[in-house]
Amino acid sequence: MANPFTTLTSLPMPLIRDNIDTDQIIPSREMKSTGKTGLADGLFAGWRYTEIGGRDPDPDFVMNDPFFSDSRIILGGENFGCGSSREHAVWALVEYGFRAVITPSFAPIFAGNCVRNGILPVVLDSEAIATIEQGGLPVTIDLPEQKVSINEGQSWTFPIDEEAKAMLLDGLDAIDLSLKMADDIAAWQKADQTRRPWIYLGAEQ
Amino acid sequence: MNSLAEAGRKVADPARVFAVTDHIVDTRSGRTDQTLMPGGQAFITETRAAAKAAGITLFDVNDPDQGIVHVISPELGIVLPGCTLIAPDSHTCTQGAFGALAWGIGSSEAEHAMATGTLRLAKPKSMRVTFTGKLAEGTTAKDMILMLLANHGAAGGKGHAVEFAGEAITALDMEGRMTLCNMATEFSAMSGFIAPDDKTYTYLKGRRYAPGGALWDDAVASWQSLRSDRQASFAQEINIDASKVAPMVSWGTNPGQTIAIDAAVPSEADDRSLEYIALKKGQPIKGVPIDAAFIGSCTNSRLNDLRRASALLKGKKIADGMKAICVPGSTRVKREAEAEGIDLIFKNAGFEWRESGCSMCFYAGGESFAAGSRVISTTNRNFESRQGPNVKTHIASPETVVASAIAGAIADPREIANG
Ligand code: SF4
Repeated sequence: MANPFTTLTSLPMPLIRDNIDTDQIIPSREMKSTGKTGLADGLFAGWRYTEIGGRDPDPDFVMNDPFFSDSRIILGGENFGCGSSREHAVWALVEYGFRAVITPSFAPIFAGNCVRNGILPVVLDSEAIATIEQGGLPVTIDLPEQKVSINEGQSWTFPIDEEAKAMLLDGLDAIDLSLKMADDIAAWQKADQTRRPWIYLGAEQ
Repeated sequence: MNSLAEAGRKVADPARVFAVTDHIVDTRSGRTDQTLMPGGQAFITETRAAAKAAGITLFDVNDPDQGIVHVISPELGIVLPGCTLIAPDSHTCTQGAFGALAWGIGSSEAEHAMATGTLRLAKPKSMRVTFTGKLAEGTTAKDMILMLLANHGAAGGKGHAVEFAGEAITALDMEGRMTLCNMATEFSAMSGFIAPDDKTYTYLKGRRYAPGGALWDDAVASWQSLRSDRQASFAQEINIDASKVAPMVSWGTNPGQTIAIDAAVPSEADDRSLEYIALKKGQPIKGVPIDAAFIGSCTNSRLNDLRRASALLKGKKIADGMKAICVPGSTRVKREAEAEGIDLIFKNAGFEWRESGCSMCFYAGGESFAAGSRVISTTNRNFESRQGPNVKTHIASPETVVASAIAGAIADPREIANG
C-alpha cells in the first residue's frame, strides 16, 4: 500500500536533462538489498557524490543544495526514467521523500512503477516546466483537479488515466483491485485453456 | 516473492512461474553462492528459499539448465508462440522472436502477475519494421537492429509494439531473431515480435516444456494463424533495405548513437556524450584503440553467436594487453560450445572463457572492466558506467568484437574475413 495522494505543495527541484535513465536514478552498484528500502542513499549516486561508491556530497549537484532539501517534487527532462525496468529507481525516490515528478515525457515502464508506488507522474510541456523552474517558487499539485499551479495563480492541467488516478488517490494496490475480478479471470482462463491447453502446461508435465 | 508473502498473498499458479539466477551469479569457474556483487549471496539464498516456499521451479547457480533468463526460456520451451510472457527485466522482449508477446515489467507488476495471473496494460500502438532484401556478407541481426536505432533514434519505437517483418527477417535463424528483438527495448518499444514459422517450430519441438504428442500438432496448427493480415494497417511503418546494412558500432552513450564502421562521429554529435566517450566530431570510429572486449549477454551469447565469432578468431591471437572475455549465455550453450571445441579457440586466442550469466554486461559493484577503460561489447547498452566506473562501451556484433580484439582497435570484421 502506498500513501494516498491528493494535493502536494513543495518547491520543485530542477533536474532538467533529457533521457535520465534508471541507472542514473539509482546505479545498480547501489542496489544492495533485495527489498524496497535501503536505497535512498543511492539515489542519483553517480551525480550526488564526488566519487563512484563514495558518500562525499558533490556541492555542485542540485540535490545537495540546502535550498532544495525539502523538495518533494522533481522537475525533469524528456523520456525520464528510460533504460532498465528496475523498480528500485522508484523505490529510491519514494524512500528519499519524493512524491511527484514533472516532465515533458516519461518512459512508460517507469511511469507505471511510479503510480504503483504512490509517486505522481505529471506530464507538462517544456514551456510550462521552464516557467516553473525560472519562477523558483513552490508549486501545488492538485490530483483531483489534475492541475499544477504556482503562487501567482498561473496553472496548467495535466493528463492521467482514470485507473492510475484512482489508485493514487486511494493509495490503492493494483493487486487488490484485480483480485476483485477473480471470478471473471478464472472464467476467462478456463475458456482459454480449452482453446489453447498448451499455454497452461507450465512445469507440470 | 518475498513481498507477496509479506502481504499474505499466494502465487496463483506456481507451475507457470520460473526463476533463475543470472544477473547476480559469479561467472568465474568453480563458482558457489558467493559473488563479488554486494548483497549477491544473500539474494541468491533468499531467492532459493522463496522459490521453494512458493513451489516455483528454480534454475539454480550450478543447475545444468542455468543461464540468462532470455537464453534459457527458449532453450527449455517455456516461451511459446501466442503466449504472453513477462519478466522483471527490460530485455524480455527478446522472446518476441517466437511470436510471443513478451515484455519487461517492474517488480510490483511481477507481484501482480504472480498473485492474479493477469496484468493491467494499456494497448500499445502498432508498428511494423520491414527489412527488405538480403544482408551482405559480414553483417548480422545485431547490425540490423543497430541500423534501425541509428536511423530512427533510441526513442523511435516509444509506446509501440513492433512487428519485425520482411525477407531479411524470415532469413534469420532463431538466434538472430532473438538478437534483433532483444534490442526492441533500446528502441523504446514495449516489445518486438516476429511471426512464427517453420524455423520457430523446429527450434521448439521436443524442448522440455513445449507441448508434446498430439498437443504439439494442435499447437502448431493454431500457431500458423499468428500472422498479420495482408491488409493490416499499422500506426507506423518503417522500411529498411537490409542489403545496405553495414557492420555498426555505437560511438556515444545511448544505443541510438550508432554509426557504420566506416563512418565518422557525426558533426552534430551531442557534446555531453562525446565528453564522456572521449571522441571528437568527425573522428573515424574504425581504428579507435580499445582496452577490452566482451562477448556475452542476452543479445549475443548463443551457440551460433559463439560459432561465428570463433570461426573468425580461429588460429589468431588478441592484441597484447587486451582483456577479452567470452561468457556463454547459458550453461547449455557452454556445454555445447565445449563439445565443438569453441572454448579452446577462445582460450588459445587469449579470451577468458566463463560460466554463464549476465557477468560484465552490467556493473553492480561486483566484477567490472577497469575504471575508465574502453570496451567493445556484444551487449545492448552503452550507458555511462554500465560496464564499470566510467567505462566507455561500444556496442557491436560478435564479429566486430572479435575483429577489434585481434586488432586492439575498433575494426571491420569484413577485412579479417577476407584475409
Ligand atoms: S545480459 Fe545484460 S542486458 Fe541481458 S538480462 Fe543480463 S544484465 Fe540484462
